[in-house]
Amino acid sequence: MAAEGVPTVKCLVWDLDDTVWDGVVLEGDEPVPFPHVPGVLRALDERGILHAVVSRGDHDVATAHLEAHGLEEWFCAARIGWGAKSAALSRIADALNIGLDTVAFIDNDPAERAEVAAALPLVRCYPAEAAADLPERPEFRPAHVTAEAAGRRQLYRTEWRRRRAEEESGGDRRAFLASLDLVMEVAPATEADLARASELTVRTHQLNSTGLTYDEDELRKLAASPDHQVRLARLTDRFGDYGIIGLSVTELTPDDAVLRLLLMSCRVASRGVGGLLLAHLVREARSGGRRAVAHFLPTSVNRTMLVTLRFAGFTPVDEPSAGGAPLVLAVPDDHPLPELAGPARLLIRDA
Amino acid sequence: MSHGSEPIADAAPGAGAEQITEEITGFLTDALRRPIGPDDDYFELGLVDSLFALELVTYVEQRFALTVEVEDLDLDSFRTAHRLTEFVRRKTGADAGRRTHVGDH
Repeated sequence: MAAEGVPTVKCLVWDLDDTVWDGVVLEGDEPVPFPHVPGVLRALDERGILHAVVSRGDHDVATAHLEAHGLEEWFCAARIGWGAKSAALSRIADALNIGLDTVAFIDNDPAERAEVAAALPLVRCYPAEAAADLPERPEFRPAHVTAEAAGRRQLYRTEWRRRRAEEESGGDRRAFLASLDLVMEVAPATEADLARASELTVRTHQLNSTGLTYDEDELRKLAASPDHQVRLARLTDRFGDYGIIGLSVTELTPDDAVLRLLLMSCRVASRGVGGLLLAHLVREARSGGRRAVAHFLPTSVNRTMLVTLRFAGFTPVDEPSAGGAPLVLAVPDDHPLPELAGPARLLIRDA
Repeated sequence: MSHGSEPIADAAPGAGAEQITEEITGFLTDALRRPIGPDDDYFELGLVDSLFALELVTYVEQRFALTVEVEDLDLDSFRTAHRLTEFVRRKTGADAGRRTHVGDH
């Protein structure tokens, strides 16, 4: 576990010359990667930590050299040029949608490290000779290592190809979404999913109705409880798998199906599938003879979820209560059964 | 947003419904990158995702200097530019006939 209050690293950004390989890559010069580097790349990748490149020189030459040594596939972003490295690091953090406090930077040049440290004090900087020992350090040991975490690099590389397809679509969002062939599958949580499900409750903040977090044990008990339903949503499109992107925890009372937690990964907020999942949950509640109820606890970042709930037909049933109690919303009985329409096809798997 | 930064509803009692509708269809056409008429239901057309839904609410708040409360978030008030115009006039007191609480609440 990492030291208290210090988040583990989500992306390690590498300098290339004299850090990844022994020398400077120039045309006609062929420096060889340091022997410890491939192992470090693999070890961190398996923990879900991403790799990126910020380096000096010519982009095409450096990328070709990475490919020649079989290293290119480990990296999900690269900025190679002559500007300030701190600026390049910021842009990579933006592109990956992660905070600078989860970015680490490794470079043999103390002047480059000093520039980054001064401009971006949250970024943790390491000298090149520390590379071999990074996997042993606590900040590179995330608490949750799931099957999906290990595939995170592929998700980001797939996302990069999607982004290019969207840019090439010329801006017609509906046509772009239709071209993706989105399929959302909703199914009860199984044992194999619990680690990822728990991770989602910790990592998802914006499309999150109550911010409740559950560890694997709690989710296992809820999934087995006759009074609860734990549902997971997966999404795929023609580019590949988004993995588990949604989670709902519903408490069943004789009259109500109470959505205690609903969350969607921010990676799919622009895919129009939040409404589809809600429509399904409302229909599921009604088919069990229950009223669809949802709790909502406002934070500084989750208003998107409130808007999504309200537009799906959830209406406040009481005055906002004081003392941190959640807002209670319900779909009125006379509200029409929502259609399962949207840009995605819905597959429903039962227990 | 490309629609100026000054809220127009400071002069709300005088702001005409047509002017508001025009503002809103302009915003929608830009944001959704296709022509949106005053009665087009962009929700039914499948053009709204969670991100745009919040963007629309935030636009209305900033452009017309009002606060959208939880109970205001009724899909029927937001689904077309005409419906939104009625909502804006209701909230800003421009629609005197239905004025209940002038100003904030």
